[in-house]
Amino acid sequence: MWVYEKKLQYPVRVSKCDPRMAKFLLEQYGGADGELAAALRYLNQRYTIPDKVVGLLNDIGTEEFAHLEMIATMIYKLTKDATVEQLEAAGLGANYAQRDHAMFYVNADGVPWTAAYIQAKGDPLADLYEDIAAEEKARATYQWLIDMTDDVDLQDGLKFLREREVVHAMRFKEAVEIIKADREAKKVF
Amino acid sequence: MSANNQLREWYPFVGPFDPCPPIIVKTYVVPPNQYIPYQPMNLPQFPLDQALKLGTLWPALYSPYESKCGTGGPRP
Repeated sequence: MWVYEKKLQYPVRVSKCDPRMAKFLLEQYGGADGELAAALRYLNQRYTIPDKVVGLLNDIGTEEFAHLEMIATMIYKLTKDATVEQLEAAGLGANYAQRDHAMFYVNADGVPWTAAYIQAKGDPLADLYEDIAAEEKARATYQWLIDMTDDVDLQDGLKFLREREVVHAMRFKEAVEIIKADREAKKVF
Repeated sequence: MSANNQLREWYPFVGPFDPCPPIIVKTYVVPPNQYIPYQPMNLPQFPLDQALKLGTLWPALYSPYESKCGTGGPRP
């Protein structure tokens, strides 16, 4: 069960109407290495991972939902007052045709999210290395997104999210170390 | 903790018949987590307001990144 706190993890500010950027941000919303994929990946893997690292997957998976909410807020703010013509010019014409100004879990190319993006291998090392890779890919995606906007307020939120990816990758690496540790380390050779 | 010591550079091949003006230097980021196998206890911490802004409590894990937008830099 979750307790919901009715505020964002980090304040989201957007200083100009820019539906073009909203389309690119969809990569972190419904993309293969986006926040939805991350949250669902970790919160599913946690059931069958050794108990020492269950809590880590639980905590990071939960935080990913907080990130998803930030991305959703960014996309919403960037598009909510855009005209049909502006949306079309930004490449969001097909989205408007399907759902007006509503968002959906698609990537920057408009491809719907699929569970095929994520895995659960049941092997702790295989799962944790997938998680580390996912964090590094998300970090890289944030870098390219930061490169694509001159809106410093939007950059600010994206930089926060990028740093969280660095910290998460660090924690998953620590989980690997915990998994690797010999439980009978008392042995003397 | 400057951005520079996390940036790596490499120099892609520039062909004589390449159609676009060449990018001489390419860069990529190596964040500090790559060098810490397991975070030691009692590392220095940022003040809390700064930690919220930067996204981490730990200077040892902080990875700055500046936008290349408008710099005309490596990314067109």
